[in-house]
Amino acid sequence: MRFMYIVTSPQPMKGPSPELMTAMQTLSEREIKAGRMIDNGGLMPLQTGARVRIADGKLSVTDGPFVEAKEVIGGYAIFELRDKDEALAMAKEFMQLHLDHMPGWEGTCELRAFASPH
Amino acid sequence: MTAAAIDRAIRAAWRIEQPRLITTLSRMLRDVSLAEELTQDALLAALESWPATGVPDKPGAWLIATAKRRAFDQLRRSKMLARKHEMLLHELEREQETMPDLDTALDDNFGDELLRLIFTACHPLVSREARVALSLRMLCGLTTDEIARAFLVPESTVAQRIVRAKRTLSESGLGYETPRGEQLSPRLASVLEVIYLIFNEGYAAARGEEWLRPQLCDEALRMGRMLTRVAPQEPETLGLLALMELNASRTAARTDAAGEPVLLLDQDRARWDRLQIQRGMLALARARDLGGAGGFYVLQAEIVACHARALTPGETDWPCIANLYAQLAALVPSPVIELNRAVAVSMAEGPQAGLAIVEGLVDEPALKSYHLLPCVRGDLLQRLGRYREAQAAFEAAAGLACNKREQGLMRRRAREAIEAAGR
Repeated sequence: MRFMYIVTSPQPMKGPSPELMTAMQTLSEREIKAGRMIDNGGLMPLQTGARVRIADGKLSVTDGPFVEAKEVIGGYAIFELRDKDEALAMAKEFMQLHLDHMPGWEGTCELRAFASPH
Repeated sequence: MTAAAIDRAIRAAWRIEQPRLITTLSRMLRDVSLAEELTQDALLAALESWPATGVPDKPGAWLIATAKRRAFDQLRRSKMLARKHEMLLHELEREQETMPDLDTALDDNFGDELLRLIFTACHPLVSREARVALSLRMLCGLTTDEIARAFLVPESTVAQRIVRAKRTLSESGLGYETPRGEQLSPRLASVLEVIYLIFNEGYAAARGEEWLRPQLCDEALRMGRMLTRVAPQEPETLGLLALMELNASRTAARTDAAGEPVLLLDQDRARWDRLQIQRGMLALARARDLGGAGGFYVLQAEIVACHARALTPGETDWPCIANLYAQLAALVPSPVIELNRAVAVSMAEGPQAGLAIVEGLVDEPALKSYHLLPCVRGDLLQRLGRYREAQAAFEAAAGLACNKREQGLMRRRAREAIEAAGR
């Protein structure tokens, strides 16, 4: 089963500490070599982005940063795993790294299964 | 949480840690069989204590600590403390004193250890079936029971295969190491064969439990990705990965709503997995860049890639496919490959050219009971308007077909040929 992990954190977004960066790199290297991580990436801060929205039947474009946004997506990863139990165990390991290496950080790692053939 | 949910969570946590667990233990003990047993022991220990304590914050660290403790116990208990073990014990104790946090040091070696493990599990000294079982168990963390159900053999058979394979590995005095130089090519071929066998069992098999088949494909793909990541310079490894990704990309389109198989040219190509095709194409391009064109797996991947590139069946580059089959047949002469080439040639140049190749295969002993030979022949004769001969060919195919569905299909085609003859 293919899963997407989306990591969000409250504004203003803080980049990972060097310790967390190293720990995440070690984990992702392991997961790539274990054949489970297919893709991953971090996202630049909100000012590099924009939003295209439809409301009242009209398109509108807002350039970043969006001051009203309470949570922002910081990064994502795509994994191939056997089931949701494995996906959950993976997410917990990933979030534990944040707890260990970036005290005080708060955020969410949401995992979602792909609507895919298998 | 229900007991069943806790059990699932524990097994999942163990499976996530399993690759690092077994590579770490293999490195420490220099004994793959023992490492594998201790990896399993650690799971049992977790199943005993975690229901009461909950899954620890760092399940990996817990499992490794537990497995290491058991390794110590076992080494100490052993009445015939071999010199190797004594040395190991000292080393391990020293390691533990000087390196309380093993994580970083161990992870540095993860790729190398994994590669060693793959080569050991797929050693050509071990029988093919045992290599398959050993790989699924050591590299994918499948249980003996799961392997047995996937291959539709008794659990005791799989257990025996694993025990015997482990004994062969221990008794042969094999170095637990990555083959280099002249050894590399045959050893790598043995690994690729195992991975492709597992994939095909999942992809094509007409046996085993339904739900385990996609899992076998996934495990083979995972092993393929593993191998291309830890040994990225081998074009045939990339070729095999490309072949598997491209074939697996069609999984959803291969059966209809009723579960009946849908042939390649009739498939809804919108249901092909584009992400997977992209990954396959990428692996194939890398294989070519590394000088892999013309390799056994690369050629097969190129054939599937021709289909993947065509957005409609009409866009298929049949001359290219026919040419690739010719190259493949030159590399590994096989009447089945010739038959496939005949189909491609008939699509590229017309049924007469295809039939000329098929007629040359009619007396081939290896294809004597292969129902696809008269099936292809019947199809070409039909397209040439030789309906009576086509009918006879389809009747022959129906007689050879191994399941009812295929028999039914062949009889239907025979009837259609008679009707066409009567018009």
